[in-house]
Amino acid sequence: MAYTEEELKKELETKEYEYGFYTDIESDTFPKGLSEDIVIAISQKKQEPEWMTEWRLEAFRIWKEMEEPEWANVKYEKPNFQEISYYSAPNKKPKYNSLDEVDPELLDTFKRLGISLDEQKKLAGVAVDIVMDSVSVATTFKKTLAEKGIIFCSISEAIKEHPELVKKYIGTVVPRKDNFYAALNSAVFSDGSFCYIPKGVRCPMELSTYFRINQAGTGQFERTLVIADEGSYVSYLEGCTAPSRDENQLHAAVVELIALDDAEIKYSTVQNWFPGDKDGNGGVFNFVTKRGICETNAKISWTQVETGSAVTWKYPSCVLKGDNSIGEFYSIAVTNNFQQADTGTKMIHLGKNTKSTIISKGISAGQSQNSYRGLVQVNSRAENARNFSQCDSLLMGNKCGAHTFPYIEAKNKSAQIEHEATTSKIGEDQIFYCNQRGIDTEKAIALIVNGFSKEVLNKLPMEFAVEAQKLLEISLEGSVG
Amino acid sequence: MDLKDKLLSSFIAFENNVDLDSPVHEVRSEAIKNFEAKGFPSKKEEAWKYTSLNSIQKVDFSVFPKQENTLDYKDIKKYFLHEIDTYKIVFIDGVYSSYLSETTHDGVDVCLMSAAFSKPMYKQIIELYFNKVASKDESLTTLNTAFSREGAYIYIPKNKAPRKPIQIVHFATGNEAAMMLQPRNLIIAEENAEVQIIERHQSLTGNEVFTNSVTEIFAAKDANVDYYKVQNDAKTASLVDNTYIAQKDNSVVRVHTFSFGGKLIRNNLNFYQNGQHVDSTLKGVTILGEKQHVDHHTLVHHAQPNCESHQDYKGIFGEKSTGVFNGKIIVDQIAQKTNAFQQNNNILLSDKATINTKPQLEIFADDVKCSHGCTIGQLDEDALFYLQSRGIPKKEATALLMYAFANNVLESVRIPEVKKRINKIIATTLGVRVGFDL
Repeated sequence: MAYTEEELKKELETKEYEYGFYTDIESDTFPKGLSEDIVIAISQKKQEPEWMTEWRLEAFRIWKEMEEPEWANVKYEKPNFQEISYYSAPNKKPKYNSLDEVDPELLDTFKRLGISLDEQKKLAGVAVDIVMDSVSVATTFKKTLAEKGIIFCSISEAIKEHPELVKKYIGTVVPRKDNFYAALNSAVFSDGSFCYIPKGVRCPMELSTYFRINQAGTGQFERTLVIADEGSYVSYLEGCTAPSRDENQLHAAVVELIALDDAEIKYSTVQNWFPGDKDGNGGVFNFVTKRGICETNAKISWTQVETGSAVTWKYPSCVLKGDNSIGEFYSIAVTNNFQQADTGTKMIHLGKNTKSTIISKGISAGQSQNSYRGLVQVNSRAENARNFSQCDSLLMGNKCGAHTFPYIEAKNKSAQIEHEATTSKIGEDQIFYCNQRGIDTEKAIALIVNGFSKEVLNKLPMEFAVEAQKLLEISLEGSVG
Repeated sequence: MDLKDKLLSSFIAFENNVDLDSPVHEVRSEAIKNFEAKGFPSKKEEAWKYTSLNSIQKVDFSVFPKQENTLDYKDIKKYFLHEIDTYKIVFIDGVYSSYLSETTHDGVDVCLMSAAFSKPMYKQIIELYFNKVASKDESLTTLNTAFSREGAYIYIPKNKAPRKPIQIVHFATGNEAAMMLQPRNLIIAEENAEVQIIERHQSLTGNEVFTNSVTEIFAAKDANVDYYKVQNDAKTASLVDNTYIAQKDNSVVRVHTFSFGGKLIRNNLNFYQNGQHVDSTLKGVTILGEKQHVDHHTLVHHAQPNCESHQDYKGIFGEKSTGVFNGKIIVDQIAQKTNAFQQNNNILLSDKATINTKPQLEIFADDVKCSHGCTIGQLDEDALFYLQSRGIPKKEATALLMYAFANNVLESVRIPEVKKRINKIIATTLGVRVGFDL
């Protein structure tokens, strides 16, 4: 690839951050700002075919006409889109066959984050497609997958090698004009993951990608496309961590899931980006569009644990297009200090006998604001649609807020929709009971929060569940009051 | 000329007929400015997402009645709750009808806003209460404020209760092709006072009527107010009902809204709890058919600790009707120990009917118990079969189940005759005779 050429200068930054760390990997960064030229340059850099460049340009034109949404229940200083560098890729991209060949500095970073590739390889049998900044650096287990006919690679690779699949499906679930951030992403997406499971194949391992935001002043515009062909099954894990930054970082990802007839996709996310410090400085802006489409008898299940980011704006949704299709959404959103989260889901019932389940648990502590915003829509032809929604909020301290905005629209008489929501706090008697048995208050709270979130944690794959449980504890540290 | 411009120019004419020097008029001028700036709400606004006023704005409404109209009591008796003795405040095309009304000044004041605005003895109360809880920036409320001249004025002094319930009835004669009415009511229940009010809007012909009503209710310490809204108007009448309620310590206010008739109804029901141990109840039954549209927008603002609110709205939607429920509960940071409950259950009878519901919680205090539940479903097939197997025809069986569905709301109605009347309307709406009183 062009940017692996040696004449590119090394730009080493050796800044030390108080809470985070920063990896010195030579990067290839574009000048700040966004214009048609930048979009074309990104496309050229990635050696994309012409149709892709055109597709990006069209998205950019749409984006220029759009306005940033303001309806979410979050307050933040709007990012200046001309102050962001839209492309940054680690400079060297050797083809690794084993982990030993991976840049030791990168491996060290992952170790500090507690992500051990070796361990995961051995214990979980997970193929890891690490996205460091924007370009995927290491892909393991590719061989095992290839035997089954499963394609799991970076999206830029897919554009080159499987253009027919990408061309057919990209932008079909999240169109370019869907929303402000989706349009932006469509214009400038740097990289992401692509996954195709052929007909009737059950993916033998859990696919996972680790995202990291690493380059100062770099926006991350990931694009993920998962296609499960007829009768196939895949479980996809996505985990995010980021080192600390003083300035706000923007992350606007788009995830598209396509579950064809009888297919099933399970998409799990653990998101732990830098939430900003105790005074609400810094932190990641997470404006993500995630949506899946279910054909006949298909099933899509979203599970998310959101503990990081200063501002979260995220609604993983399911379009239940086919008859008998199923959509699920399980979410835990934890906010502490000055974090703000506006998250939830949309379940669009179009087909007959479609079912959806929504379980959302919001935990607010410190001075944070946590909102659930959801839509359940039953269209007039969706006979026997069934929905169950439950959103529970837990408030810790009296400076935080919990909000629920559930929209329910039914246009079919056979629809059965239930929605319930509760808001409560941790009972003093519960804490007293734990204290009495020698469990200190902080541990007791962790215990109670885990119990509160159990319904969702149970939905996560094993190794993620453990990590998520730890995350909950860490995020709520110091919130006892 | 669209309705907004017409209203703005009518305001100039309106000013010729009112006392321009009174402090009330300052409030009116302020309000018209706000309406001029905001205009009618559009569907782009979150609060009006599901309800459009476009069709109303296209109608050429006459804003002031051209002539005084009279009605014969025997023709309109059925619209009154005539089984029991009540005080009555009756308006015909927005004009007070003294011979149909029965007002009083015996210990309590049950009279007119126009009197309260003009007589010096009420000056202090008007200054203290008028437009104090009603929104100063919601456009339709300010439109009403601008044209506020007539309506019901009810003042219950400390430790008093009127001898009988009070009926407020607005008739539209239909002598004009299209009529716009803007009644303004003020209800004050002082410390430990009690009052029961029944309100009804009735259009007597198929001519178009648009009512934009504002009611302000003040419940002082230990006061007890019951308010029943009977919305069973002709299918050509539209109503925007804005009700604002301010409650002090230990007061209890219950508002029941029964919506069966009308073309388009929008209820904005707002409770502000400004004292401790306040109890607010909001209940409603909605049964619709044809192309009717009813939108319930409720707000309960818990601003003080130890308060309660109970909301229960049931809706049955047939044919091409649309139901909207938007219930908002706000719990302020200091409002600890709040118990706020909200329930919204709906039944869809037709594939062309629509329900949009949005139960919304905004909570800033941690020691609270708040819950909301919302369901959309249909009648239980098994229950229906059970009744049919016992010889009850399907239509009656369906009606029985619907009664049962709506009954929770009726249980808390404290005037038996109102309950009976509502049951009768439900039976008529459903087109059945169940053969016994429920």
